[in-house]
Amino acid sequence: MNASLLIVQTLNGVQLGMMLFLMSAGLTLVFGIMNLINLAHGSLYMLGAYFAATFQKMTGSFLLGVALALPAVVLVGILIEVAVLRRLYDHDHLDQVLATFAMILFFNELVSILWGPQAYFMALPEGLGGTVELLPGIRYPAYRLAILAAGGVVALGLWYFIMRTRVGMLIRAGAANREMVGALGVNIRLLFTLVFGLGAGLAGFAGMMAGPILSVEIGMGESILILTLVVIIIGGIGSVRGAFVAAILIGITDTVGRVMLPPALASMSIYILMAAVLFWRPQGLFPAAT
Amino acid sequence: MKGDFRFGKRHGAFLFTALLLAAIPFMGEPFYVRLASRILIYGLCALSLDLILGYGGMVSLGHAAFLGVGAYTTGILFHNGVQSVWIVWPAAVGMSGAAALVIGAISLRTAGVYFIMITLAFAQMIFYFCAGLEAYGGDDGMAMWSRNTFGGGLDLDSPVRLYYIILGALVVAFYLSRRLVDSRFGRVIRGIRENEGRMRSIGYPTFQYKLVCFVISGAAAGFAGVLLANLNGYISPALIHWTRSGEILVMVILGGMGTLIGPILGAACLLLAEEILSGFTQHWMIFLGPLLILVVLFGRGGLVGLATRGRYRG
Repeated sequence: MNASLLIVQTLNGVQLGMMLFLMSAGLTLVFGIMNLINLAHGSLYMLGAYFAATFQKMTGSFLLGVALALPAVVLVGILIEVAVLRRLYDHDHLDQVLATFAMILFFNELVSILWGPQAYFMALPEGLGGTVELLPGIRYPAYRLAILAAGGVVALGLWYFIMRTRVGMLIRAGAANREMVGALGVNIRLLFTLVFGLGAGLAGFAGMMAGPILSVEIGMGESILILTLVVIIIGGIGSVRGAFVAAILIGITDTVGRVMLPPALASMSIYILMAAVLFWRPQGLFPAAT
Repeated sequence: MKGDFRFGKRHGAFLFTALLLAAIPFMGEPFYVRLASRILIYGLCALSLDLILGYGGMVSLGHAAFLGVGAYTTGILFHNGVQSVWIVWPAAVGMSGAAALVIGAISLRTAGVYFIMITLAFAQMIFYFCAGLEAYGGDDGMAMWSRNTFGGGLDLDSPVRLYYIILGALVVAFYLSRRLVDSRFGRVIRGIRENEGRMRSIGYPTFQYKLVCFVISGAAAGFAGVLLANLNGYISPALIHWTRSGEILVMVILGGMGTLIGPILGAACLLLAEEILSGFTQHWMIFLGPLLILVVLFGRGGLVGLATRGRYRG
């Protein structure tokens, strides 16, 4: 185990953490405000990757592909919310788990019909194919650095939006006490559609970023969905700050664990971490409603 | 069912169904025997989930873990030369019961969403643990080229004999579940589902009751795993994948949770739909997804609820 490998793996961990944060920020708000479990969040991640890959192929440009795919994913998210999820708010968690599980089955099959069952290729963006020398002797892929930067910028933007704008304030208030915000005259339905669209956009964006380094395939949303759920539970449901801390924590634990621990234990490590957190702090590290 | 046993309509229907199922091997079509075996095994697994879900109100998204522990115990013992029913079955049921004890003892400290998520997390742990067993096939799983034996030349290698064992197991499990649900213990469990705080105030140690229920359910699912390993002759981590837990959950809801016949009907419906629809199109899930959403939104009580319109509460 040498130092340069550790540095590279830590960077990979932070980068996975950024992805997880993009996924969990939207999901934790949906969870926190409307008390809705949305397992189909991973499908939006998958759709984001497929849309971007398709638009990239059509336009020949990665940036244009992302720019076109982003509104498409947000639109799908809003459609899902209006058509199905809106009816599930006053159902119990069991119904929500089932309905959104059914949506995963639907979207996986839809993608397999539209794009075919085999994995889809997505090219690295032009000019980011090489590596960058971070420290003497330590080279790191430029595209992964770009993901880190993009994730950081989005995280900062989200922080500003949630903490410093009026809509963000309403969202935070909604996460803490939905009925009270509704009673004060805020259109909670519209607010939620907005939050859901935002969450869908973030999940889709994470999928677009992941597209060129992972394979764009059916089921890609499910593995990251489980990690995202772990992040949300550890961070505390409804807390964006908690999601950020937990995402980085999980990203590093998972990636560095794979180098330092035996494989079976490494795959289990994050679930052990989650069980431990739930055992000692059943409400997560940063409970939202305090 | 208080001592004076009367042969009612329900017993008649039960007997009729059991006889009908017992007649399936006489159709002389091995494919149907195999399909019916699969349905009954998943019926048993869904029934065990319903004990905690429908009667106990504990929404577990990790029930496939116990199915997997049962199957893996069977497979690992097989690869170490142990095939006797008298050792393998108690060992597998004991292992899955023990797993349920540990998982339940930790998970039941939480409630609601957190309980759903922590059961999912434990199932993932067991998934990766089994996928990491390199000596037993790792990701690919392991084959089991002959089935368990009773000793004295009696084995399960004949599919029809295995089918009757599975059918017998389900009938026994159904009877035991009925006794359990109608017992004082069952009433306490249902009371906890309705209002746990109140049950605790009356003086019931609710945590212990829930834990015992969880262990019984896990052990029964483990037995379904034993049967599944014997039927398939193949054990892989795919058995424990979280979508499998989701499917078992779907079976219970589709059939009608909080009833004993519901989960078995649900398993039959889902597996038959898979079999029939996949004959028409490989993309049958595109219909299943929206159908499930409709069942969740409008079909309160599942198939049993639909058939009885609320007259029957188990």
